[in-house]
Amino acid sequence: MARVVVDVMLKPEILDPQGQAVQRALPRLGFEGISDVRQGKRFELEVDGPVDEAALARIHDLAESFLANTVIEDFTVKVEEVAEAAK
Amino acid sequence: MSRTPLDTVEHATATPDVELPWAELGLKKDEYERVVEILGRRPTGAELAMYSVMWSEHCSYKSSKVHLRQFGEKAPQSDALLVGIGENAGVVDVGQGYAVTFKVESHNHPSYVEPYQGAATGVGGIVRDIIAMGARPVAVVDPLRFGAADHPDTKRVLPGVVAGIGGYGNCLGLPNIGGEVVFDSCYQGNPLVNAGAIGVMKHEDIHLAKASGAGNKVILYGARTGGDGIGGASILASETFDDAKPSKRPAVQVGDPFQEKLLIECTLEAFKEKLVVGIQDLGAAGLSCATSELASNGSGGMRVTLDDVPLRDSTLSPEEILMSESQERMCAVVEPEKVDRFLEICEKWDVIATVIGEVTDGDRLEIYWHGGKIVDVDPRTVAHEGPTYERPYARPSWQDELQADDANKLPRPQTSEELKDQVLRLVGSPNQASKKWITSQYDHFVQGNTVLAQPEDSGMIRIDEETGLGVAIATDGNGRYTKLDPYTGAQLALAEAYRNVATTGAKPLAVSDCLNFGSPEDPAVMWQFAEAIRGLADACQQLGTPVTGGNVSLYNQTGEVAIHPTPVVAVLGVIDDVARRTPVAFQEEGQLLYLLGDTREEFGGSAWSQVVHDHLGGLPPQVDLERERLLAEILISASRDGMIDSAHDLSDGGLIQAVVESALLGGRGARLVVPDGLDAFTFLFSESAGRAVVAVPRSEEVRFNDMCGARGLPVTRIGVVDGDAVDVQGEFALSLEELREAHEATIPALLA
Amino acid sequence: MTARIGVVTFPGSLDDRDTQRAIRLAGAEPVALWHKDKNLHQVDAVVLPGGFSYGDYLRAGAISRFSPVMETVIEQAKAGLPVLGICNGFQILTEAHLLPGGMLGNDHLHFICRDQKLRVENAATSWTSDYSEGQEIFIPLKNMDGRYVADQYTLDKLEAEGRVAFRYLARDGVANERGNPNGSLNDIAGITNEAGNVVGLMPHPEHAVEPLIGSGRTDGLPFFTSILKKLVNA
Repeated sequence: MARVVVDVMLKPEILDPQGQAVQRALPRLGFEGISDVRQGKRFELEVDGPVDEAALARIHDLAESFLANTVIEDFTVKVEEVAEAAK
Repeated sequence: MSRTPLDTVEHATATPDVELPWAELGLKKDEYERVVEILGRRPTGAELAMYSVMWSEHCSYKSSKVHLRQFGEKAPQSDALLVGIGENAGVVDVGQGYAVTFKVESHNHPSYVEPYQGAATGVGGIVRDIIAMGARPVAVVDPLRFGAADHPDTKRVLPGVVAGIGGYGNCLGLPNIGGEVVFDSCYQGNPLVNAGAIGVMKHEDIHLAKASGAGNKVILYGARTGGDGIGGASILASETFDDAKPSKRPAVQVGDPFQEKLLIECTLEAFKEKLVVGIQDLGAAGLSCATSELASNGSGGMRVTLDDVPLRDSTLSPEEILMSESQERMCAVVEPEKVDRFLEICEKWDVIATVIGEVTDGDRLEIYWHGGKIVDVDPRTVAHEGPTYERPYARPSWQDELQADDANKLPRPQTSEELKDQVLRLVGSPNQASKKWITSQYDHFVQGNTVLAQPEDSGMIRIDEETGLGVAIATDGNGRYTKLDPYTGAQLALAEAYRNVATTGAKPLAVSDCLNFGSPEDPAVMWQFAEAIRGLADACQQLGTPVTGGNVSLYNQTGEVAIHPTPVVAVLGVIDDVARRTPVAFQEEGQLLYLLGDTREEFGGSAWSQVVHDHLGGLPPQVDLERERLLAEILISASRDGMIDSAHDLSDGGLIQAVVESALLGGRGARLVVPDGLDAFTFLFSESAGRAVVAVPRSEEVRFNDMCGARGLPVTRIGVVDGDAVDVQGEFALSLEELREAHEATIPALLA
Repeated sequence: MTARIGVVTFPGSLDDRDTQRAIRLAGAEPVALWHKDKNLHQVDAVVLPGGFSYGDYLRAGAISRFSPVMETVIEQAKAGLPVLGICNGFQILTEAHLLPGGMLGNDHLHFICRDQKLRVENAATSWTSDYSEGQEIFIPLKNMDGRYVADQYTLDKLEAEGRVAFRYLARDGVANERGNPNGSLNDIAGITNEAGNVVGLMPHPEHAVEPLIGSGRTDGLPFFTSILKKLVNA
């Protein structure tokens, strides 16, 4: 089993009021020096079988057509190692 | 690693000396001994879990039930009551073959811990109570009380609670039509988040929570069961009972309104096809409560296989499964030949449904896990025969002193300028200010039947499109009045809700209540509770409006300090044709303003005494229930016969508050004349009960006066709808613009 | 003769029955359509109603857009079937790319429910012909994710082609920050496709069809009489 992570972010030009609300709260909480916050979504897909190029291409399609709305959002796909050693 | 061996009935019998953590689960020693006596052996861990949660204050009403009996004993004769106290919610006949069910419940403690989810799951729970009666939910209302408006924690709690109510209720498609928002520092560490719901059905569709008919199947449907809200039961799941480490299970339950919406639709479809023999929602105490109540209300016993419960978390122990308070679950009893169709409907709505047991012809509730019998009890002993306490109560020593601190003796405004200044402060104070910032976060249009919604005196919903039949609901409570005199304060809450319903033109029919008090172990609190119930029961009897059900919430306090005693009363009314409803807003310039009822110097517990003097003392306004009844009759007749175009009940803030609200909502001012025999201050700020202000078209003036005269209701002409200011002649004038700024800016400035 | 207008129920649809009532009040025949059923049952037009289909999980409208019924709706809308998306329906139409742009959370982060003033900017679509261009109306608004966004090119194109169908106005009639309830770009409340058969808007015309009920106004009824006239005269 492997885990593929899809991160979805609003396109840079689109207003992100949630991120702004977080950013505005930072000085109040004593966190200085952070000039911008943007909030996104993270999807963790547990994939049966090997994550080969074909599988990644399928996940890319899935992200493009469903997990993200590319009119307003960008996305990235990356493979995350699942730590087998823990077992 | 799991605990071995499984604590079955057999194992419990064989190991009588095993010590169970009954105290950690909240049972008293004598209560635990009573369980052992009932069973004739020590309970299994699962049985202990069930008894401990079902015998808790929250589920068993053990401190309150000796007092609550009065609602039954003093119940007025009423043909309208179809189902009374004891079921999930009461049911009232509103005519034309329709029945209405309604109830108010509290979700106070969870909402303080996690405001959004606490409030959201409060809405979810009350709505499931309504569905469980067979009704389609048609509206919700939310009476809310928070700490001081300018306290930093209020800014954490209130926006979360409001977003939670909106987030859940809006997504369910239920219009939010009423409620209250009150601020008082006594609620700082203990906000009151009460939630009410109304449902509508035809008489023949009433369903009850009982499991009858041996062989009928018990179906659990809705969300999977997870580790939500288990709390103490986790102790039972640890390897040894004395290994009482802190719970790893989350205490906060998370709501899924989308799942609940599907639950509503699939339940109503199953009702429509007459597939359901008995039904119960899963709320507090989850499966423990649902199985024991269904079984004890029915004629037989019940056998349940816990292994069949669909789980979200496969590590849950049987005790945890029984205690889990995972939301959005229901339990239905269905005849065997109808099970397939029931499951089909669930599948249509993508709702998980599983047969987990069946009704037996015995009288035992038996629950199995991995083949072993882990529960074997008489369900009545779990659900209905819990302990009853006669808690000691005593009038607190400070009560006399509080009442002697007379608010009528507080310094009053000496000049017109001071009077004007105090009016502006009043209408802009957090409690009297517009709550639009809050209510605009609730959908009040959905379902397309909303006739009136907040800030109207009562919310009103059309229930029949052809005839225009409608129902109205108002909720009221005044902790300040009740603190001064619990008996009178509770009656004032009822009187106000009753009056609010009548002001919109509906006839009050029945009552539900949510009784929020401090610790019952404090004799002073118990006295407040006993007095409030006595007052409420007496008043319901006199007004002819039976209590159909409700909820008691105790232990509302921060440390040793209890909240003000706060009985919140909901009154349900019916109106034959919603086209005859009367709104708050002034409708037309030139209409005459009349004050109905008597105005006395009554300032104890008033908004004025709070805003201007930060004072609480003296006596609350007097109650005259016969007068309330007469006033209601006049208001209803005047609405029906088109004699009044707007009406507003007078309560906290007095006459000036009511006139300002009607003026701002209508966008039309008023010229007021202080009547003979009253000073301007008393005229504007007194909170005498049994009063309303109405706007009468000139063409109706004679007829209206004749009606009031013939019935013996005092009426005083106090002015006219006119201009763009509220002008108290000889005293001051405030433009609508100034008033709007004062009234509408307060809440956003504090909370947005 | 009357027209058959379908109203799709998705799991979590809320205003489906209200929309059926509005269609009936306008004199047309409402037909209930189910999201799992590809068959449109010979309807002449389709309304995607408001609500929180699939709880607005993922993104508002994102999951419904892939339901079986939408396959047919998308195919036939492209061939000229009149389709109206209200609120969640509008969100579904943008997710399905039948209308350009997308919908995000309100800029103030709160749900908002109010009677909203709008200006009709395009009275030539299938759903707006009973209005006149420039007419100012009040229609209830209630949503969490009502902020219309699109890239500058798309906005310019919509404006140039007159495809902004409705714009938010303040009570005094001028579109300004107080009139715009959610931060929508260009104060856009609703748009149409090039052919004028597909229209989407955030406010709820089905809640403004009867005096006394809801907002107490009937400013929303022309949506349903517009389409009825068009279909009956066709």
